[in-house]
Amino acid sequence: MKDVSQSRRRLVMAGSAVGAISAMGFPAIVKAQSDKIRIGHLTPLTGFLGPLGEYGTMGIKQALDEVNKAGGVMGRQLELITEDSVNPATAASKAQRMFERDGVTCLLGEINSAAGLAISQVAARNQKIFINTGGNSDELRGKSCNKFMFHLECANSMYVNTCGRALLQQGMVKGKKWYFLTADYAFGHDLTRVARNFLAAQGGEVVGEDKVPTDATDYSAYLLKIRQAKPDVVISNLAGTQITSFMKQYSEYGLPFSVAGFGFDTALAWGAGADSFVGTWPVPWHHDINSPTSKAFVAEFVKRYGKPPENQAWGDHVVLKIVAQAMTETKSTDTMKLIDYFEKGAQFDILKGRKGYFRSWDHQLMQEMYTMSPKKKGAAKDKWDFLQLGASVPSANESLEIIAPTRQENNCTL
Amino acid sequence: MELIFFTEQLLNGLLVGGYYLLIALGLSLIFSLGGIVNLSHGAFYALGAYGAVMMTDQIGFFGSLVASPVLVGLLGIAFERYLLKPFYEKDPILGLLLTFGLSMVAEQIIRMTWGSTPLQFTIPIEFKGQIMMGDFIYSRYRMLMLAVVLLVLAGLWWLLHKTAFGRVVRAGTQRPDMVAVLGIELNRYMTSVVVLGVGLAALAGVLMAPLAGVHPAMGAEIMTAAFVVVVIGGLGSFWGVVLAAALVGVCRGVTTYFYPPASEASMYVLMMLVLLLRPRGLLGERIERFE
Repeated sequence: MKDVSQSRRRLVMAGSAVGAISAMGFPAIVKAQSDKIRIGHLTPLTGFLGPLGEYGTMGIKQALDEVNKAGGVMGRQLELITEDSVNPATAASKAQRMFERDGVTCLLGEINSAAGLAISQVAARNQKIFINTGGNSDELRGKSCNKFMFHLECANSMYVNTCGRALLQQGMVKGKKWYFLTADYAFGHDLTRVARNFLAAQGGEVVGEDKVPTDATDYSAYLLKIRQAKPDVVISNLAGTQITSFMKQYSEYGLPFSVAGFGFDTALAWGAGADSFVGTWPVPWHHDINSPTSKAFVAEFVKRYGKPPENQAWGDHVVLKIVAQAMTETKSTDTMKLIDYFEKGAQFDILKGRKGYFRSWDHQLMQEMYTMSPKKKGAAKDKWDFLQLGASVPSANESLEIIAPTRQENNCTL
Repeated sequence: MELIFFTEQLLNGLLVGGYYLLIALGLSLIFSLGGIVNLSHGAFYALGAYGAVMMTDQIGFFGSLVASPVLVGLLGIAFERYLLKPFYEKDPILGLLLTFGLSMVAEQIIRMTWGSTPLQFTIPIEFKGQIMMGDFIYSRYRMLMLAVVLLVLAGLWWLLHKTAFGRVVRAGTQRPDMVAVLGIELNRYMTSVVVLGVGLAALAGVLMAPLAGVHPAMGAEIMTAAFVVVVIGGLGSFWGVVLAAALVGVCRGVTTYFYPPASEASMYVLMMLVLLLRPRGLLGERIERFE
């Protein structure tokens, strides 16, 4: 009996040692060349956000090649160091290592809001810029904002206001009952909080909310609860591969309620397929957007990778172009000069109808957003073409700021 | 009214337990006979799903339901011969480290081959839709899954309890030295057991592919649950694993009903309770070489 417990304890010890090793991860590129401008790129390449990080990496590599082919920045080539951010703790230690050992001028990327927060703290301590391309939490732009962090990714409030406008037009808000499925971590909690405020302000009612663990694969138990609650609208505030599994199983059970969601990435709908895709969703960018620079980006991406880019590929692509533009214009890689350039309202071509700019008091990129819904059956040209892109929000004659949170809603003091 | 919904969750939990069962049975067999904790079991589950995605266009869903597990099973022969075999008589930690490393390598190979993005795969058209029984709703596809699980369960029980093969495997689990004295070489049986085990994992992968995302980390996601089922059920016991799978499924279903944030954690609490009360697991047999 003594032996049992001992060998079991050794097994557990070995198991945890193995877990610790895997948490450290492995660097993807480590090179030492001093004449190049080094830029760090951290994003989840494994786990439930891995599919998005993979697109992000494809997008930023394309941008890197384009910038370098055009002569680089101030005659110097850019060098990118990409690593898997894994989780908040690992992301923080990798960020520190990139500043200390690799001497990167700034950090770009991330998708997980919790990891984004960790990276932003390391960047601030090192007095270097971090531009977040995938973390949505309002809290990152509000309570946790800092002078060195910028946000290319739209805030949760912007997602809610964009999709909310479409839902208001469809009559799915006022006097309607909503049931929330919320990803059980920083991003999901923040998103549902914002969405609840929106619903309360517009005269709707919450009839249920389930916080879903990020590693859940089976949604049948949740679907049975939703069926019991009989809501008018089921709201998915899920994240990553959760969205794919939810869509597939929602269509499996054929529940009659409308579906909408405030967190969305195109790759996850592609994973679910045309048969399972339902509802109304917000998205920061889509490959059908009718702008010349966007079309050029899509054409080159398809040529390189054999499939269209999705919104995370767009985000990580555009961010490198923004940094290159800022360094070229300021003729500097100095952090303070770059921050000053961003804060003064420089305009950037972000592959949409209108240009974007960083709002000075919370460093959020002001930009158009869009909604997505299923195309008519049979209208799809290929297996990526079953999503219908809606009109831009805000529309052309409105201020870009109307979908963004106000100072009262999400105050930030830099 | 409340009672009806509770019962519905209970029955649904049993169903969910069914697909843990397919993975856990193989895991348990390999551990019981070879003494190896196969942490790469999830990789075979994922390969089964990817195999189905690759083959369904050519041979249909039901074709791939058979072909994919068979192909993965064949892969299991190489896995057993060249990787597991050297570790049977060694410290169990070595086998554990080997298979853990292998699971990471396999996940990365899948990622490099097919990418991280979930692949599209849907329920076969014949099994779309739902069956209503009074107030209860069942997806037709999950009924198909249940049927397959029950069929496999019956087949496996027959194989282990009614054939010469099964008698050797069961005897080998208990007293490998006695089996050797009788002139039976257990290594040959081990190959078959591994093929069977990873084939079952692949079958579970094919069955889950239409429901959850087919992506590289899917194996890692299901592995912990399967492992917990094996520990709760106890080593060397066929029915222990069956009982544990049902318990874990129900436990998660019921927790989801009352307090969803704890739904993933609930099975670990269950495992802890079982280990405290019965360190060998619910129906675990006393196996001398593991004591």
